[in-house]
Amino acid sequence: MAKPGHLHFFIDPSRCIGCQACVQACSECDTHRGESMIHLDFIDRASSIQTVPVVCMHCDQPTCAEVCPADAIKRAADGVVQSALQPRCIACGNCVSACPFGVPEVYEDRKIMMKCDMCYDRTSIGRKPMCATVCPSQALFYGTGDEIERLRPHSAPINRFQFGQQTITTRVFVMTPKGLAGLTPHLDVTAAMDDDAPARPLTLKMADPFDEVELA
Amino acid sequence: MATLPVDDRQITGQFGPHLSSMTGTRLSTSLEPERLVKTHCCFCGQQCGIQLKVLGNEVIGFEPWEEFPFNRGMLCPKGVKRYLQGSHPDRLLTALRRDPASSAGFSPIPYDQAIAHTAAEIARLQSAHGSGAVGVLGGASLTTEKTYLLGKFARVCLKTPFIDYNGRLCMVSAGAGNKKAFGVDRVTSPWADMIGSGVIWVAGSNVAECSPITTNYLWQAREQGAKIIIQDPRLTPIARTCDLYLPVKPGRDAALFAGVLQIMIERGWVNEAFINDHTVGFDQVAGYCREWTLERTADVTGVPRRSLMQAAEWWGTAASSFMLHARGIEHHSNGVQNTLGAINLVLATGRIGQPHSGYGTIVGQANGQGGREHGQKCDQLPGWRDISNPEHRQYIASVWDVPEPEIPGPGVDAYEMFRKIDTGEIRGLIAICFNPKVSLPDNTFVTRCLDKLEFFVAIDFFLNDTARHADIVLPGSLQEEDEGTVTQVEGRIIKINKAVECPGEARQDWRIIQDIARALDRPKGFTFETPKEIFEELRVASRGGVADYSGVTYEKIEREMGVFWPCYSHDPRTGEPIADHPGTPRLFEPGSYNPIAKGSGPFYFPDGRARFNLADYRAPIDDASEEYPVFLTTGRVVSQFLSGTQTRRIGPLVKQYPEPRIELHPRLAEKLGIADGEWATAQTRRGTITLRAQVVTTIRPDTIFIPYHWAGKKSVNQLTVAAQDPISKIPQYKVCGCRLRKADGPPDYDGQLEAQQ
Repeated sequence: MAKPGHLHFFIDPSRCIGCQACVQACSECDTHRGESMIHLDFIDRASSIQTVPVVCMHCDQPTCAEVCPADAIKRAADGVVQSALQPRCIACGNCVSACPFGVPEVYEDRKIMMKCDMCYDRTSIGRKPMCATVCPSQALFYGTGDEIERLRPHSAPINRFQFGQQTITTRVFVMTPKGLAGLTPHLDVTAAMDDDAPARPLTLKMADPFDEVELA
Repeated sequence: MATLPVDDRQITGQFGPHLSSMTGTRLSTSLEPERLVKTHCCFCGQQCGIQLKVLGNEVIGFEPWEEFPFNRGMLCPKGVKRYLQGSHPDRLLTALRRDPASSAGFSPIPYDQAIAHTAAEIARLQSAHGSGAVGVLGGASLTTEKTYLLGKFARVCLKTPFIDYNGRLCMVSAGAGNKKAFGVDRVTSPWADMIGSGVIWVAGSNVAECSPITTNYLWQAREQGAKIIIQDPRLTPIARTCDLYLPVKPGRDAALFAGVLQIMIERGWVNEAFINDHTVGFDQVAGYCREWTLERTADVTGVPRRSLMQAAEWWGTAASSFMLHARGIEHHSNGVQNTLGAINLVLATGRIGQPHSGYGTIVGQANGQGGREHGQKCDQLPGWRDISNPEHRQYIASVWDVPEPEIPGPGVDAYEMFRKIDTGEIRGLIAICFNPKVSLPDNTFVTRCLDKLEFFVAIDFFLNDTARHADIVLPGSLQEEDEGTVTQVEGRIIKINKAVECPGEARQDWRIIQDIARALDRPKGFTFETPKEIFEELRVASRGGVADYSGVTYEKIEREMGVFWPCYSHDPRTGEPIADHPGTPRLFEPGSYNPIAKGSGPFYFPDGRARFNLADYRAPIDDASEEYPVFLTTGRVVSQFLSGTQTRRIGPLVKQYPEPRIELHPRLAEKLGIADGEWATAQTRRGTITLRAQVVTTIRPDTIFIPYHWAGKKSVNQLTVAAQDPISKIPQYKVCGCRLRKADGPPDYDGQLEAQQ
């Protein structure tokens, strides 16, 4: 069975409330029970409550698979990149170093890499992944392109990402402000890490809401 | 005497809180459940639909219930891990009696012996000191059947006026405000009505952490054009992505509402036709608001003028709107006034009782709505009836088959009950679903009162912090071990279904209450065999009341996935039986009929009109001052619930946010020389607490926040003030004056207690 082609995974960090329902639900999965494959982090808790959930982006040309010396990482015909195969994986961690999104992790106690496989046990039979099912803000959304267009009229899905010289296209989409999608063909993920970052096509500014508060 | 039998830490060693974890059947990836039980989460007022995976007599996991219309499979982390409260090492499997000779302070005793001892002690106290010498404390996490039975038990079996419940800490300000303004106390509209609304104002509600499923409704409404206004001293996850953030100073909400209404009046942004045709009292309110100039409002509330203007413009000129509020404006000695201020903004626009326009409080507990309707409140009889109203008393007396004069009059609120314990008027206490030693303000006083009790019996599934003072502990039931109904945030009555049997000697709470009645030799009216039988009597008791459940059946709830009250068995116009009343998803629709107005208008007053009420601002009691210059405010985190009796025992939830922290702004931190992660000591006139600091820009620099889910030295309610609203009697948890400093060193519990203890 394969994941139905008309159903897609969308991440919208602007909706995320950091509640960790996705993390807790991921650890209920029957293939990796007790471990969560989702990364959910504050960007900078000191200055913002913003959190970002990251699942495996399921690259069209998965870097993790390309660098795997044991050929343990397989991409299914439906585009879902699987966790490392048990007998092949040598837990070398090449995939961990190579993945531009920082998704795979090596579990030293079991000597294997594990990562999000988009709940293949569920999605391959037409069901939604656990995280996107429970997500109270629907920052993680699973459905058709038509649904996302209808439900999120101010955002546009992007699945092309730039990491330095490397361009990556993925099965998973990230929702971006519609204005931004028209300005750039991709999200430049590493730009913010440059010392002399190029001007961004769109900058959202928020004034300090407490600047007028006086301390006694 | 109900002092602790042995040292607190010895009790903790035996009874926890210890952590449950995913082990054995709950870690296995090969075991298949025998069945899936469709039910609801045991925690907050959203009451998300969930399916529990059951194998043998154990809940081994969950599966989303995507068909249930409110949450469509969505759950917060508490819902995901709620199943881990079952099969817990701390679970009470027998009755206990206090036993200072035992190292853990308690010894198991046979259930029947515990019931007999309980009845003997109640009888002794009542014969020596009168019926009112024994009080009852209930809770809004109980099913409606249990709350109904508990109210009846207090009045009919114990004949005591003294019963109240932990909703006194939650919903009473909203309830009182709603009754004064609308004559009925319920959210007006299903949440789905928000989608398509023009503006949604959320006042004092950390939606993302306290009612997470409401988040998607807000975001979806925003996608489809709604402006979101958030009023909160903290920049919560919802506030981060809102359209207008009102960083209100704690305790100034009534001033904010008055100031905004004044702008709307000045600009002509009020609905005069609606005000004239459907309300009374506007002129008096308008007169009061004239005092609230833009300058004064900005000065008092700490909200910039431009933001007040923007709020007034969006709210005043919207085509449709929702006003939602929660404990942030209700937990105040001015809580009812704050609620009424919000309602005045709604009534001034006339946007109520329509698609996409509604109003309501977001309840905090599972049965925050149903638990406040059917008689466990001190002044109330079933169906939201008034215990002081002769007609109401007569009707309920007829349902209960007792002489009307035998039903006691009104009692007092939960906190006042503790004051009566302190003075010796109440000497015996029966408590269920309430952990006042953690949850009541100034809980050092509460603990002292517990120590004074001559006899204290607690019914619970874990030994909660309050029950440590008990003489007898009776092992009650987890939510998944019983069936019944609750009424969730929208006013939708839903069905809790049993997944497993009570373990050991534990039994369903309603059986325990009836066992006590039998042992007291007062079994009449307490011979129900099933929750359904209780519900059938409740239907009759609620008939003709404002909260009319008479047309609701278990079958109808399951068939329709919830029924909104009022739902009539008899047409309120004609008295003729109705075969299948559809319930009332939306209140106050034009032309709607209710039994109070009798057709004269949509609101629940004889003239059918809503009431504007003067919502005057009063400064908080024990406000910030020169001596205590910082505002202390309290609330929840997403992974914990109430006093933590359940969630501090669930491993993955504790790991998510292990211990309380003091949240403060870097400007305050710099001034006081406190760095992120360091120990800091907060002090009020009542107590001190030492916790680690969390320095973040997402809170007003003049305010600190501490979550309240922990016990003992980690309980922020050592610091909070027992000032109460004069009408609702809700405590002022959300503000008091406080001082903060870098701690001298780690607290004495550091390294000795686990995070959750």
